[in-house]
Amino acid sequence: MATEGLVRAGLRPESGAVAVFARRHRFHPLEALPWAAAIAAFALFPSYLPLGAQILATILFALSADLVLGYAGIVTLGHAAFFGTGAYTAGILAAHGWGEPISGLIAAALAAALVGLISGLVVLRTTGLTLLMQTLVVATLLHEAANKASALTGGDDGLQGMVVWPIFGLFRFDLFGRTAYVYCLVVLFLGWWTARQIAHSPFGRSLTGIRENVLRMHAIGAPVMRRRLVIYTFAAGLAGTAGALVAQTTQFVGLGFLGLERSGTVLIMLIIGGVGRLYGAFIGVPLYMIAQDRFSTIEPVYWYFWIGLLMVLVVVIARGGIFALIDRLRR
Amino acid sequence: MADALSAAISIGFHGLAFAMVLYLISVGLSVTMGMMGFVNLAHGVFAMLGGYVVTSLMGRHGVPFAAALAGAALVTAFGSVVVERLLYRPLYGGDDLDQVLLTMGLVFMSVAAATYLWGPMEQPMRPPRWLSGEIAIGPRGFPAYRSFLILSGAALVMVLWLGLERTRFGLKIRAAVDNLRMAQSVGINTSRLFTLTFALGSGLAGLGGGLGADLLAINPNFALDNLVYFLIVVAVGGLGSIRGPFVAALLIGIADTGFKYLLPELGAFVIYALTMVILLWRPRGLFGRA
Amino acid sequence: MNEGVAPLALETRALRKSFGALTVADAIDFRLERGARHALIGPNGAGKTSFVNLVTGALRPDSGEILIDGSAVTELAQSVRVKRGLARTFQVTALFRRLSALENVTLAIAEREGVAGDLARPAGRHRRVIEEAFALLEGLDLADDALRPVNMLAYGRQRLIEIAVALGLGPKVLLLDEPAAGVPSRETGLVAGVVERLPPDIAVLIIDHDMDLVFRLARRITVMVEGRILVEGPPEAIATDPEVRRVYLGERRRR
Repeated sequence: MATEGLVRAGLRPESGAVAVFARRHRFHPLEALPWAAAIAAFALFPSYLPLGAQILATILFALSADLVLGYAGIVTLGHAAFFGTGAYTAGILAAHGWGEPISGLIAAALAAALVGLISGLVVLRTTGLTLLMQTLVVATLLHEAANKASALTGGDDGLQGMVVWPIFGLFRFDLFGRTAYVYCLVVLFLGWWTARQIAHSPFGRSLTGIRENVLRMHAIGAPVMRRRLVIYTFAAGLAGTAGALVAQTTQFVGLGFLGLERSGTVLIMLIIGGVGRLYGAFIGVPLYMIAQDRFSTIEPVYWYFWIGLLMVLVVVIARGGIFALIDRLRR
Repeated sequence: MADALSAAISIGFHGLAFAMVLYLISVGLSVTMGMMGFVNLAHGVFAMLGGYVVTSLMGRHGVPFAAALAGAALVTAFGSVVVERLLYRPLYGGDDLDQVLLTMGLVFMSVAAATYLWGPMEQPMRPPRWLSGEIAIGPRGFPAYRSFLILSGAALVMVLWLGLERTRFGLKIRAAVDNLRMAQSVGINTSRLFTLTFALGSGLAGLGGGLGADLLAINPNFALDNLVYFLIVVAVGGLGSIRGPFVAALLIGIADTGFKYLLPELGAFVIYALTMVILLWRPRGLFGRA
Repeated sequence: MNEGVAPLALETRALRKSFGALTVADAIDFRLERGARHALIGPNGAGKTSFVNLVTGALRPDSGEILIDGSAVTELAQSVRVKRGLARTFQVTALFRRLSALENVTLAIAEREGVAGDLARPAGRHRRVIEEAFALLEGLDLADDALRPVNMLAYGRQRLIEIAVALGLGPKVLLLDEPAAGVPSRETGLVAGVVERLPPDIAVLIIDHDMDLVFRLARRITVMVEGRILVEGPPEAIATDPEVRRVYLGERRRR
């Protein structure tokens, strides 16, 4: 990582260690790359903007999963529960007369955060398999609830009749996806900024401690449950925001937004890029979604074969994702 | 009143049949997870495989029922050994996330493989002629196949429990589940024990999948669709426990059947809520060890 | 409350704990003075680890009291006891594996200072915390490894970082659970040296088997057997005590 590079660059560790350590949060020029790429894509690929908007929203979703999984070390199979809650909140509002996107987004974030808080209180008391199980049960419970409440959610057919108003009354969601793209980009930027702040704060550092050795965290007097609950709730809100973005820009919400497949694929997208590095999402999500778009002519079922195979191979060969591979190559 | 009683008997009967299938499939998962601490989300794949073997052998090749069941158990047991040795073994004691990813990947692959081999439609289960129709118990008739399911399930459970209590092999299993390191230090070859236990558990799952083909639909999404149920049975029963999942399967089986019959608007929602409450009260499961 | 007499750094009164028929703590009355250099020894199964777990709060006693600096902590959770001045190291190194040595110690100091929950400012702005952490590592001759992930360091150095992390908590009582366990014998001296140089106002309790280490570091030794305290006293007295010999060496007499 950046610190090792500086150390190797000749800074004597004894004198510079504190300075190097204290500078970790500073912006590195490379961090501007994803945003430059996103802006360039807007100009260069005008016909791919709808896909681009989905990619940006999904990066936000994966980012929220990274906070939970990569930073706090909470292995969850139910992160889609929050994504879906946000999506359905924004969707139901838009389908029942309130199509204002920004307030819909905020409502979605709050609803998802609330679900995160309540489920976190139950789920985060446990560890290991029981924790994993509980996250899956929460997601399945919500999936079932959405299925049964079909009058509200559209059930199996999905939510129909969403009408999303123009942003600030000015920017209509057009067919080319320009508004959607910029909307998602701005929201992603804000979400990323906040996530980055948290990751570099003492709180964020203590999360990595919880991930690396929770026993030791208890032994230094850290309030582990409280910290996990805070990040879980925040990440849930962020995931809900991502869900709302997808709902508002595609004007559709389906049961799949809450399902195991969605929770599983966000994990795989994150793994491809690398967990716990904040930027894994920016690499893994576009790779996955662009590849999926390219292969969309193939039977979707066979796509799942290759993705499954990829997951198996990642575990067997390339643990840590692309970032870890880069690290290994550097050595 | 008679209606309520009749409904109760129906629910109890069908719930019990469902519970048997759930137990047969999940007990192997409980034991192997408890023994090696390996998060195996792909366990349902073996049950699915058993279901496909039975329905294919009987449906397409006219193989008699008993032989088809035996075939299912053997194929899944053998297949599981291959998977365990090649893929699972390097991950023992490792990161939970790795195990989750690997086994989820296998589940995804199984969906595609099943679609490719058998097509996307559900495989119909036609019970053999000597088990179709109804049998009369007292004033009522009960579906013969389900009755057979309950009886054979009970018999298998008895054999399993006796085997675990009375045989050397069973003793080794119980020792390894209880304290793996201790078992190793008294000379038990835990690596071989685990492969054998895994094969036994997967074979049972295959058998359960085959027997229960008309309760748990055999289609390519089997492993994904039913994952929650198997995990609930194991988590609520208690990892590593052999009797725990039986109680959990009974609870889940009867509650699920009951609620789907009495309150279909709620469906499985109650089961999930119930699971969360139980796990909140007893995070290690009803019969799990602290 | 005795007037004018400083309270004990750590005290247990009639501490009891049983697991069914197995009694791991049998009415233990233990006293650790301020600034003590005290060792707890005993054969395997004597209950030393259980005692540590009871004191830190990992285990709940069946009855009895635990006091840190004169105030009762028996009902308090582990993390609260840490805030009251109790720190421990683990027999098997429990560090934040992939984080650097500096990060490990910084996390502990941040908890102590109450800034670890800060969500707003970057961790780097809390300069004093980082400097204190670095100074601690320097004091233990670990400054060179400050930025390296701890799982890449030699095991002996990891044991020292364990102690640094515990020191970062600013403890009044420091429990060292087999500080030299797993360390190659040529490095044991390093660990012993570090323990010798610990600030005199910290009460140190070492739990260990290594008699050389114990006799070098302790001014007072408690011997535990089967959940009870057998005898307590200065090293010379313990070394020659026939009861202790019997417990450790059996009936065979040693020449």
